Amino acid sequence: MSDTSAVSSSSAPPEAPLAKPSLMARALASPGLLPVGTFVAIIAVWEISCHLFSIPSYILPAPSRILGGFDSIDTSRWLAHVWGTLRVALIGYFASIFVAIPIAIALARSPVLSRAVYPILVVVQSTPVVAVAPIIIVALGSGDLPRVVITCLITFFPLVVSTTTGLMATPPELIELSRSLRAPVWREISQIRLPFAIPYIFSALKISVTLAVIGAVVAEFVAADKGLGYFIQFSTSMFKVQQAWAGLVILVLMSLVLFQIVVAVQKIWFPWSLPKEKI
Amino acid sequence: MTTTPAAIRFSDVGQVFQTKSGTVEALRHVDMSIDRHEFVAVLGPSGCGKSTLLRLTSGLLKPTSGKVEVFGLQISEPRDDIGIVFQRPTLLPWASIEDNVVFPVRHKTGSVSAADRETARKLLEKVNLKGFENRLPDELSGGMQQRVGIARALFMDPDILLMDEPFSALDALTREEMGFELLRIWEDRPKTVMFITHSISEAVLLADRVLVMGERPGSIVENLTIDLPRPRSMETSNNKMMHDYVGHLRSLLLKRAA
Repeated sequence: MSDTSAVSSSSAPPEAPLAKPSLMARALASPGLLPVGTFVAIIAVWEISCHLFSIPSYILPAPSRILGGFDSIDTSRWLAHVWGTLRVALIGYFASIFVAIPIAIALARSPVLSRAVYPILVVVQSTPVVAVAPIIIVALGSGDLPRVVITCLITFFPLVVSTTTGLMATPPELIELSRSLRAPVWREISQIRLPFAIPYIFSALKISVTLAVIGAVVAEFVAADKGLGYFIQFSTSMFKVQQAWAGLVILVLMSLVLFQIVVAVQKIWFPWSLPKEKI
Repeated sequence: MTTTPAAIRFSDVGQVFQTKSGTVEALRHVDMSIDRHEFVAVLGPSGCGKSTLLRLTSGLLKPTSGKVEVFGLQISEPRDDIGIVFQRPTLLPWASIEDNVVFPVRHKTGSVSAADRETARKLLEKVNLKGFENRLPDELSGGMQQRVGIARALFMDPDILLMDEPFSALDALTREEMGFELLRIWEDRPKTVMFITHSISEAVLLADRVLVMGERPGSIVENLTIDLPRPRSMETSNNKMMHDYVGHLRSLLLKRAA
């Protein structure tokens, strides 16, 4: 009897601190609050510093003045620029997926091909896209094609590497099962290897979708008459710094939205491929 | 003497693997046979080539020397009448339990009939997983997942069931239960079973015969018939003969390891 009472009394005190968690603890516990709070704090410090130290707006405009930058051109012009960049980024992104996955399948299937092609891929990846962009524009003209090619170049490598790794990471038992059933190779790829590579493919898709926006902007820096990259460059050349910042904000939002769309696609159609939540 | 050929027969089988660090002789002079509907356990230390024995039987591997026959025919490629259960359940994480069980036919032929689904549901009932057809593998315990693995291996109704340490990833209690469940399925629908294990008591408790393999290069060093009554149960564990068998095999393995 004395034992049980000792246990129950000793188990009471640890619960007390849980009853009144501090503000800090609550902020840490709710997943959304902490990043939002940090973000708001940074904006506030930025705004106050700009006024306090009278920083000229061509060096760093205050957030409130950047908001003014959105009014400098009308909505239809904004939409045209957004669409210009988005279109190139998306076409390049999907073209890249379309090319990268078959190449990854080929690399995963053939060690010889892998040894032959892999160094070339590394060379392509090591070449700074910003440096190649003007050359590509000269070679391919000033249409959409060179911009799409530049976007492809920058998104391609993570997709190929990740997908190849995923295709090789299939449990060997299932490959043995496939062989023991004497199933055709394409079914081994479509029913076992590709689905098992889904988590790897999605981690690359998330990286590549933001890279696609970068690719499109780089191409616009070199040669374009529309798009957010063109708009930012044009604005800075006219010393309209707030306007350039407004373009930058939209560009960042575009990247974030595209990223979140990829995350949502994985959540909705491939929920099993997400890492297990720790309980 | 019977005229029907043995279900599985190895004649002077040797297996050599080429690896980056040189050649590895996995098996040397393996002679053994398993009769139709016999339950044979293959026991041995890790790395002795037990799994190689299983892969040779399945036709996934060709012997370097000697002959491997299944029902009197030399193995040249995998056969349809062999089912394999792996150490890990290795189910498809995106497919429902029922889809996992019908996977062999979908993978082999590309389509699944209503009759196939009916077969799968009956098999799931047999392995005590009725009601779990539409769950995902993640929602099942390790033991339940391995039962799905067994149902998948039984789906093509094979004559021969190859099991590669199927219960070694399970906790002790579940492991014992699964053993008896396997025997119940086997007695209900006899199959030739080649059961790889490194557990002495599991081998004795389940098998008609225990083959002991020695260290690499692996060969059969003991062929022990287990004369325990069937059906076997928890009671069998208390049988005095069981202790004798286990003791004999343990001292044999210890002596070889020394």
